[in-house]
Amino acid sequence: MDPVRIIEIKKSVFESNEKDADNLRKELKDRGVFLLNLMSSPGSGKTTTLIRTINLLKEKVRIAVMEADIDSDVDAVKIKEATGIPSIQLHTGGMCHLDAEMTRQGLDALDLGEVDLAILENVGNLVCPAEFDTGSVKNAMILSVPEGDDKPLKYPLMFSICDVVLINKTDVLPYFDFDIEKCRENIRMRNPSAKVIPVCARTGEGIDVFAQWLLEQVNAWKQ
Amino acid sequence: MHELGIVFYIIRDVKKAAEENDVKKVSGVVMNIGEVSGIVPEYLQDCWRWAADKEELLKGAELKFNILPAVSWCDDCKSEYETVRYGRTCPHCGSGNTWLLRGNEVEIKEIEVPDN
Repeated sequence: MDPVRIIEIKKSVFESNEKDADNLRKELKDRGVFLLNLMSSPGSGKTTTLIRTINLLKEKVRIAVMEADIDSDVDAVKIKEATGIPSIQLHTGGMCHLDAEMTRQGLDALDLGEVDLAILENVGNLVCPAEFDTGSVKNAMILSVPEGDDKPLKYPLMFSICDVVLINKTDVLPYFDFDIEKCRENIRMRNPSAKVIPVCARTGEGIDVFAQWLLEQVNAWKQ
Repeated sequence: MHELGIVFYIIRDVKKAAEENDVKKVSGVVMNIGEVSGIVPEYLQDCWRWAADKEELLKGAELKFNILPAVSWCDDCKSEYETVRYGRTCPHCGSGNTWLLRGNEVEIKEIEVPDN
C-alpha cells in the first residue's frame, strides 16, 4: 500500500453554508428586508396560502416572492397573476433544497430597495430544506390535514427549526383521522416555542392570524 | 437527491483544504456520519463517485465512513441511552422528555494525501 499523509479537517459539511446564511441575515438586517422561508411537502397548499396572505398584507408592506422548484415556472406565474406583486422563479437544477448561496442569487434578482418582506417558497420536501439554512429571518412550514398528525414525529428536524407551523386544509378535517390537539402535542415535543396556527387556504379561515404574526415579525425586524 | 447536495459541499471543503495545504492530489476522504444524521452512506458513495471523478484533484479518491452511534439524554432521570434501540422513550424511566445528545454528525474527519 502506498504511504499516505493524513490532513485532519474535523468540520461539519453544513458549516460553510451556515456562515453564508449568517452573513446574508446581517446584510438583510442592514437593508431592512425581512426574509421568510416557507417549507412543506409538495401539495400541502404553499402557493394558495401565500396568495391569501399576500393579498391581506400587500397594502401594508412591500412584498416580493421567490418560488424555488426543480423545474417549471407555474408557481411564480400564479402568484403574479393572483396578487400583482413581483415574483421570480428559481430553478434548483435537480437539487431538493435551496442553500444560502442560491437564496442570495435569488435576492440579487429582486429590487430589494423596494421590498420589506421577501418570501422564499422552498422546494416541496420535509427533509433537506431543514438541513440547509437559507439565511431567512424566520422559518414557517405548512402541514396539511391529509398528511397526518404524526408528521412531527417522522420529520423532527423540520418541525424543530420552524418558528410557525400552519395546519392547512382544516375544511377536510371531518374526513380524516387527524387530531389537531395530538398534532399540537407532537409539535410541542420537538419544538416548544413553535407557534401553531390552523388555517384553511381555500376558504381563508385563519389566514388573518398568520398574516398578523408575519406583519409583527417584519415590523420588529425593521426597527 | 439530498446526498448529491452534500457531496457538492464535501468537494468544496476538500478543495479548500487541499489549497490551504498545497496538496495537488487527494486519495481518500474520511467522513464522520452520525447514525441518525439522515445520510444513506450508499447513496452518498454513488453521488461521490459521479461528482469526484469530474475533479482532477479527486479523481479516483475513495470516500470512507466512520459511523458514530446516536445517544439520547433523558431530562427526567438524567441518564443516557442508545437512540436507535429505544427511540424517544427513555428505557430507564419511560419518560418521553428526551433529547438527542449526539449522532447527527455529517462532518469531514480527514483527507488522505499520497505521500511522495
